[in-house]
Amino acid sequence: MTVLDVAAIKADFPILSTTVRGGQPLVYLDSGATSQKPVVVLDAERDFYEHANAAVHRGAHALAEAATDAFEDARRTIANFNGARSQDLIFTKNATESLNLAAYAFSNATALAQFEPHSANPQFVLKPGDSIVVTEMEHHANLVPWQEVCRKTGATLRWIPLTDEGRLDLTNIDSIIDKTTKAVSVVHQSNILGTLNPVRHLMELAHAVNAVGIIDACQSIPHMPVRLDELGADLVAWSGHKMLGPTGIGCLWGTESILNAMPPFLTGGSMIEMVAMEKSTFASPPAKFEAGTPMAAQAVGLAAAVRYLENIGMDAVAAHEDALTQYTLDALNSLDGVRIIGPTDSNDRGSAISFVVEGLHPHDVGQVLDSTGVAVRVGHHCAWPTCRRFGVPSTTRISPYIYNDFADLDKAVLGIQAAQDFFGVNA
Amino acid sequence: MNLEALYQDIILDHYKNPRGKGLLEHPLASAFHVNPTCGDEITVEVGVDESGGLRIGYEGQGCSISQASASVLVELLQGKSMVESEQARLAFIDLMHSKGVGEPDEDVLGDAVAFAGVAKFPARVKCALLAWMALQDAEIQAGLLTTGEQT
Repeated sequence: MTVLDVAAIKADFPILSTTVRGGQPLVYLDSGATSQKPVVVLDAERDFYEHANAAVHRGAHALAEAATDAFEDARRTIANFNGARSQDLIFTKNATESLNLAAYAFSNATALAQFEPHSANPQFVLKPGDSIVVTEMEHHANLVPWQEVCRKTGATLRWIPLTDEGRLDLTNIDSIIDKTTKAVSVVHQSNILGTLNPVRHLMELAHAVNAVGIIDACQSIPHMPVRLDELGADLVAWSGHKMLGPTGIGCLWGTESILNAMPPFLTGGSMIEMVAMEKSTFASPPAKFEAGTPMAAQAVGLAAAVRYLENIGMDAVAAHEDALTQYTLDALNSLDGVRIIGPTDSNDRGSAISFVVEGLHPHDVGQVLDSTGVAVRVGHHCAWPTCRRFGVPSTTRISPYIYNDFADLDKAVLGIQAAQDFFGVNA
Repeated sequence: MNLEALYQDIILDHYKNPRGKGLLEHPLASAFHVNPTCGDEITVEVGVDESGGLRIGYEGQGCSISQASASVLVELLQGKSMVESEQARLAFIDLMHSKGVGEPDEDVLGDAVAFAGVAKFPARVKCALLAWMALQDAEIQAGLLTTGEQT
């Protein structure tokens, strides 16, 4: 038993009572990729479309007001959830866009500096010799945008290497984050290794050299209490769909000063203050970063997800997942031929657990699990360099959430043993 | 779901005992393909023997389906004429796109008929096709296949 009433929670998620592959009850253990949605989230979106749908922040008719109120209420709810002010929360289409928004601040400012030096904030202007620091456990979404920034500006990408246990190796950190560093962008909790990183310390190191500090919180905010102002970052990105919300909405939180200093990313309607044929000026944040008609129904859906999580309590969510993590680690550690990729104990780690089975490719492990109704992720988890670091082409990953219990994990373990039997690789 | 329908004995046998694995000494061309969703890799090399038959070598790593498919490909097409090889390659691609309702011709496809069940699993079709697409690429580079003939 854990602290949560999982049976009651499961009943709130219609998809979890369905069957797959010829009548197998679905056991969903792929929440690191995307979470399932409770009926209150589905109802909230439907209710918005039935009673309040209009384009927000434009028009003066009754529905336009209702839609704008719903959208801005949602922003307050979501910001409050993480102890933030609503004006510091920007909606994007997903966390990948949030991180690109941050990365493009640098390439856009660097391009502006050529022709309009007075309007380019030097904090974001890069030149050869400057460096940007990430880690070797980044999701591609927090790696490729920075590689591209470096290609466009001549800056150098550096990364913090990993220990064999799957933690950051900070031995030479003083030569990685140094006075050339203009940005430090790191993952809070790894989506592949599960490692929880000392982000506050890394943000302090970033600020000590006047670099912008950025955190990818996609795998932490859904799973544990996070107060944005306590992370010490300038910018924090996360997605809605991994925390029971709809797809099509992501978040970027920033400090007031950084959001004022950053140039816009996407431009067009909604993000302007004044437009003439010759030039335009921009609105204040968050509107400055929200060009075009926003995703109002998705924001309302995400707010409903946040209220659902608040009702459970994030401390209880974290305690529940700690119990599932310990249970899964114990079970996998006791299986012959199974190697966990990432920390093998539950200290400073989340519930995403990757592993490889000796003699078996993850695709084949996943296929056998799928045949028993168990959905896990197989592949490189958009963290290909991390797989290379551990000498594996890919892994199988179990990532439970609030609607999973020990019985779900037992089914996964049985499936792994079934795969070993089927392919004849058990010792 | 019946796992045996996907993992036919022929597939498991080729996976565990791959045929003709290894690269050529003097290839005419080489193609490296990856499956970006899972990281599976294959290098296929082609050449021509004294009688004009196809020479194929390969190296790779990946799941049972992708590696068995490469092994079946080499066993089936090694030494074949380009005409026969193309007939089989196109038949295999058709089979993989059949969504599991294709009727494979064993005379053309040999052991590759065992992959008929894979076509029911869209996520695995790419695995099965990896070596065959790399072969096409290598043949085009080697001038054995003009781009107009590609599928």
